[in-house]
Amino acid sequence: MNERTTPQARWWIRRGLLGIVVVWGAATVTFIGMQLLPGDKATLIVGGGSLGGATPEVLAAITREYGLDRPLIAQYGDFLARLIHGDLGTSYQRGAPVAELIWSQLGSTVVLALGAAVLGFVLAVVLATSTAARPRGRAVTSTVELVLLSTPSAWVGILALTVFSFELRIFPAIGNDGIASLVLPWVTLALPIAAALAQVMRDGLERALEQPFATTVLSRGATHGRLRWRHVARHSLIPVLTLSGWSLAELLGGVVIVETVFARAGIGQLLVTAVTSRDFPVVAGVVILSAVVFVVVNVIVDALYRVVDPRLRETTP
Amino acid sequence: MSENGSAPLLTAKNLTVSFTTPRHGVVAAVRGIDLALGAGECLALVGESGSGKSATARAVLGLTGSRATVDAEELTFAGEQLLGFAERDWRRLRGARVGFVLQDALTSLDPLRLVGDEVAEPLVVHELGSRRDRDERVISLLQGVGIPDPRVRARQYPHELSGGLRQRALIASAIAASPSLVIADEPTTALDATVQRQVLDLLSDMRDAGTAILLISHDLSVVARLADRIAVMAAGVIVEQGTPDDILLRPAHPYTRELLAAVPTFGAPGRIFRAAADVDTSPRDSPTRPVAPSRADPSRPGRSHPIGRTILELDAVSKRFRSPDGTWRQAVDGVTFGLHAGEALGIVGESGSGKSTTAQIAMAMLAPDHGEVRLDGAAWSGLRERERQSERHRIQLISQDPLSAFDPRFTVERIIAEALGQPGRRGAIKARAEVTALLRRVGLDDDVLHRRGRELSGGQRQRVAIARAIAPRPEVLVCDEPVSALDVSVQARILALLAQLRHELGVALLFISHDLGVIHEVCDRVLVMKDGTVVEHGTVTEVLTAPRHPYTRSLLDSIAPDRSPSPASANTDQHDPALTYTGGNQL
Repeated sequence: MNERTTPQARWWIRRGLLGIVVVWGAATVTFIGMQLLPGDKATLIVGGGSLGGATPEVLAAITREYGLDRPLIAQYGDFLARLIHGDLGTSYQRGAPVAELIWSQLGSTVVLALGAAVLGFVLAVVLATSTAARPRGRAVTSTVELVLLSTPSAWVGILALTVFSFELRIFPAIGNDGIASLVLPWVTLALPIAAALAQVMRDGLERALEQPFATTVLSRGATHGRLRWRHVARHSLIPVLTLSGWSLAELLGGVVIVETVFARAGIGQLLVTAVTSRDFPVVAGVVILSAVVFVVVNVIVDALYRVVDPRLRETTP
Repeated sequence: MSENGSAPLLTAKNLTVSFTTPRHGVVAAVRGIDLALGAGECLALVGESGSGKSATARAVLGLTGSRATVDAEELTFAGEQLLGFAERDWRRLRGARVGFVLQDALTSLDPLRLVGDEVAEPLVVHELGSRRDRDERVISLLQGVGIPDPRVRARQYPHELSGGLRQRALIASAIAASPSLVIADEPTTALDATVQRQVLDLLSDMRDAGTAILLISHDLSVVARLADRIAVMAAGVIVEQGTPDDILLRPAHPYTRELLAAVPTFGAPGRIFRAAADVDTSPRDSPTRPVAPSRADPSRPGRSHPIGRTILELDAVSKRFRSPDGTWRQAVDGVTFGLHAGEALGIVGESGSGKSTTAQIAMAMLAPDHGEVRLDGAAWSGLRERERQSERHRIQLISQDPLSAFDPRFTVERIIAEALGQPGRRGAIKARAEVTALLRRVGLDDDVLHRRGRELSGGQRQRVAIARAIAPRPEVLVCDEPVSALDVSVQARILALLAQLRHELGVALLFISHDLGVIHEVCDRVLVMKDGTVVEHGTVTEVLTAPRHPYTRSLLDSIAPDRSPSPASANTDQHDPALTYTGGNQL
């Protein structure tokens, strides 16, 4: 047993360290970006209020309070030290800690993104498995998928709003209340993901169906359904996993658009407001959070590869 | 299984299978064949790829695919008419009453599922037994096909098993529901000789236990061991059918004779050149002739004392690799040999013996951990890649699978022009004359110039690979299993070509193969490798006639068939094809 666990543990440690490096890199780039942006930070911090022209004394006081007069390397050190303790700084605009602001908005965004991811995945599995290597169904669905892939999600969202909210009045147009308000955002977010995943999944299925083992399975008396769902579907998960990085980026970008279109509170809205009002600590916080999510999801995906394909369990990463 | 002893289990009369293809319209793969197979009998269908034997097998299972049309006057299994079967009816038959074993169990078993689950699938599908019964049945099946530690193996994945064990597991799965007929489509093609023998023994036991076996192979030496009757197929028809003695000793049809002649063997030296003569390089290539007689002469004067300087030298070369579990595996351990200019040196061994690693070290594609490789007396493995680059043309590689060694977008013209130092489309046009000359040399016409790798046959591909390898005028050709993926008759022609080129160009061959027969056709000297070390070396005649190491003996035994033809044939003329099969025993 010992021989088995050691490489496994080594793998996890390696991945963990790599993840920390990635997050550190993202934090550093964010920090540099914040320094490169034009304008005096003290003015920005004050400017958010209605004070207009602040006196030099006030600006000096703020500069001291935020440590903006210290050398850059010291500021960078502070920034990292605070980050390690989970302190993302204080919002220029709202005066509240960034971590708290993000935390308060995180719930609704996670529900939106996770729901869309699950919906997209399920749609993709159903579409791909039912139409792979079946010429007619394939032709129809792959055309629809291509259309969805090449349509911006903002446009899909607006279309959905027009039809289902304004015309048919089935779902509410805006807001955060209950499941009904989530349906349209979910669908809007899920469609492009489902379309892309279905394409690669169908491709994977068709390749697996051409493998000799598919003939073996049929020669045992199995039905085509059993072949597809019990054998081949698992093979098609490998390209789907490969695309998961893309899916996550699509999801994060989509959240910003969908929350804006449907006027939902959430991380996306928080980010948009922060960018327009140049509230850099909040922007930096969201960027670092995205980096963490990316790292975590990638580690999970790498682990899933090894669950799906036993052949990968033995190769050292 | 058949109720009345004489009624055949499987009958086909005037069976045809045709495919509708988008490019060529309707193509008939099987054109009216008759078959009859009784319980406890083994019928072998033999022919080259494309002869229609696999289509015949799949027709019996209804697995020819949606593009195929199957028709026959009669196609019955245990008295039941198979024509007009609906998918439901086929499913009742498949796995339960007819088992199917495909070649290459690595891809024929679902690589993502446990071996035990794969073996149990026919039982699950046909709802035979409870879950616990099935688990027990799987263990006893695995045991029955000779898999040690069946409980452990059932919990492993196909890739964790060796080729031989995988093939046994596949057979276990095919017989799980005790079918009365087992169809085995090239069941041993991907296996080493010793493992091949074990699998054939297993099929033979099944036959003796009353199961009917339809055995499909391109290799007459495989079926000779097992079959009660042999049907030779060519271009969709059965050209000859009879007992093994009939087919092997008194082949009536010229095609059968060609198949027999093409089997590489050390029992009948020189034979391949006759097989090659009718199709091979243009008749004006007379240099084949001087080589052949020297091979027919068993004493072969001079062959054991190669003249010429040592061109490639390996000096106590070792290489180890790290296994996934963190331990080290010694792939090559202290291998020393010299290859003389113009000589053909064989390395024989089973998969995992380190022969391919040795080839890669000789090519300086891999750096040895210890020891040194010298090319023409100068440092080779010790050089930096930058220094080696200008010398690389002197040693060229021919691999087992040329298709994956070609850029799929490149035409033949570009592939060869690139090797001539004229890359790109323009280079190809500039080098046209040279490319054509090289193609002629390897027996190809201009009409392949603009084809891509996929559009060539296996034999043509290997010829292009050879043309590419000889383009930069190398002194050494490293051939790593160059004919293992080819049909026997094509194999013979490629081997003849290599021998001819060696003679004409004076190029030395480092020839790697798991097949002693192939080595014997081409090489002067041979090294036998096992577990990374050279266990025996000497001239081919010495090693094959008087093997010293027990491993060499077991290699020789495994290619000698158990089915010896009738004693009368032992005295026949040396050129009788029968010797192909007695050869092993004589040695």
